[in-house]
Amino acid sequence: MTAQREDAQAHAHPAAIHIAVDHDHAAAPAGAIKIRARDVNVFYGDKQALFDVSLDVPENAVTALIGPSGCGKSTFLRCMNRMNDTIPGARVLGRIELDGEDLNSKAIDPVVLRARVGMVFQKPNPFPKTIFENVAYGPRIHGIATGKAELEAIVEKSLKRAGLWGEVSDRLHQPGTSLSGGQQQRLVIARAIAVSPEVILMDEPCSALDPIATARIEELIDELRNQYCIVIVTHSMAQAARVSQRTAFFHMGKLVEAGATDEIFTNPRDTRTQDYITGRFG
Amino acid sequence: MNEHIVKSFEDELNTLTAECARMGGLTEAQVADGIEAVIKRDTALAEQVVGRDERLDVMQADIERKAIRLIALRQPMANDLRKTVAAMKIANNLERCGDLAKNIAKRTLVLAEAEPMTPLTRSIERMGRLVLSRLKDVLDAYTSSDVDRAVLVWTRDDEVDEHYNSLFRELLTYMMGDPRTITACAHLLFVAKNLERIGDHATNIAEIVHYEITGEEMISANRPKTDSLRA
Repeated sequence: MTAQREDAQAHAHPAAIHIAVDHDHAAAPAGAIKIRARDVNVFYGDKQALFDVSLDVPENAVTALIGPSGCGKSTFLRCMNRMNDTIPGARVLGRIELDGEDLNSKAIDPVVLRARVGMVFQKPNPFPKTIFENVAYGPRIHGIATGKAELEAIVEKSLKRAGLWGEVSDRLHQPGTSLSGGQQQRLVIARAIAVSPEVILMDEPCSALDPIATARIEELIDELRNQYCIVIVTHSMAQAARVSQRTAFFHMGKLVEAGATDEIFTNPRDTRTQDYITGRFG
Repeated sequence: MNEHIVKSFEDELNTLTAECARMGGLTEAQVADGIEAVIKRDTALAEQVVGRDERLDVMQADIERKAIRLIALRQPMANDLRKTVAAMKIANNLERCGDLAKNIAKRTLVLAEAEPMTPLTRSIERMGRLVLSRLKDVLDAYTSSDVDRAVLVWTRDDEVDEHYNSLFRELLTYMMGDPRTITACAHLLFVAKNLERIGDHATNIAEIVHYEITGEEMISANRPKTDSLRA
């Protein structure tokens, strides 16, 4: 990927070659790499959904995956916590490392992995339990909390971090489904945070929310990135531009281009990226 | 370049560029007429130039309004964003060129009452022609999205500076030789300075055009620069 982009840079504008140009934004991410994907190919039965995707996902940053429907971005997201394992006929080839460790190796327990790599879905999906139980569930089954007091502390901390505590602290024992859509989504994020994950994957987390609830989630994402590695799939170009530091553009199962978000949205290298983000016929 | 899926967006972007190009044409005419007025001591033409300047101000405000509206309503990205911002910035530079042309025209009104100073007028004419060709080249580069042409204007900015420096020395010589020419020479010095600034605006526009097309900034440290004002 990196090589591809640098190559494209060198050839993109021959006229610019004889004068020095400003390359503030190198293609490679600046921070430590949390997830390293190499030559990832995914098949659903006979149909190939991803082709040779290689991408570095940095720690303490938000990486946005963008691209038209069916481009493979959600498939790639699901590779990062082995959600594709649950799909019959799905095969994942290639290597995906979390802190240098192969995610797909037999030594990795997917249940433990999914606690390290949490996921937030498009539609808020609270359990049919109380607000408290929604957040307490994960720490309890993973044996993270030893006593009631510790569990309560984790629930409070997670709800606070998800920016929901102030709104629900006096009704923790009401059903999670009694909350509004935006609150439910923050509840689900609190649930994901409660098991102290290292990575949070978000699959269009705001597509069912109004602009105010969306802004709250975006603000939350921005706060969370100091502690987590976040990968978000979004159909909203503006959202990708607002929340992410790095953007990867997928098209027809291939990773076309990845780089610093401000660079991708002001000066993409590939015409397919440009056509997509500017709303042109591809 | 593929067309936008939303056709009205495509139309608005094209309108913005077209208006900027039209403003460029008018600016060129203003600068050309300003120079001609000062050379030919043509006060009627000078007054026309002064009178027409308001149109540039109106056009600039209009382009800015349209660009802001487009940013707010369409959220342009990538090359569209660069195109929008470029139009806004170029309009600003053109508006400044218009003001400088107007200022040249105003000085014509004073100069026409003084004794003609033919050799100096010729120097002004040469410098004026050079600056005008820079402006024309860079506007052509803009309308034809010709990055090479923009780069050429940018790298040759020092020629205008050289002209200015030599005119500066020439004017000093005249003023020292005959103090009665000081008023006229001072005005001519401002005319020369205005021309030099128009040249700078042409260079700015070259940078904007380069950024619009390539997405890369030019680094001014790499530009040859003549910087000796010592007479």
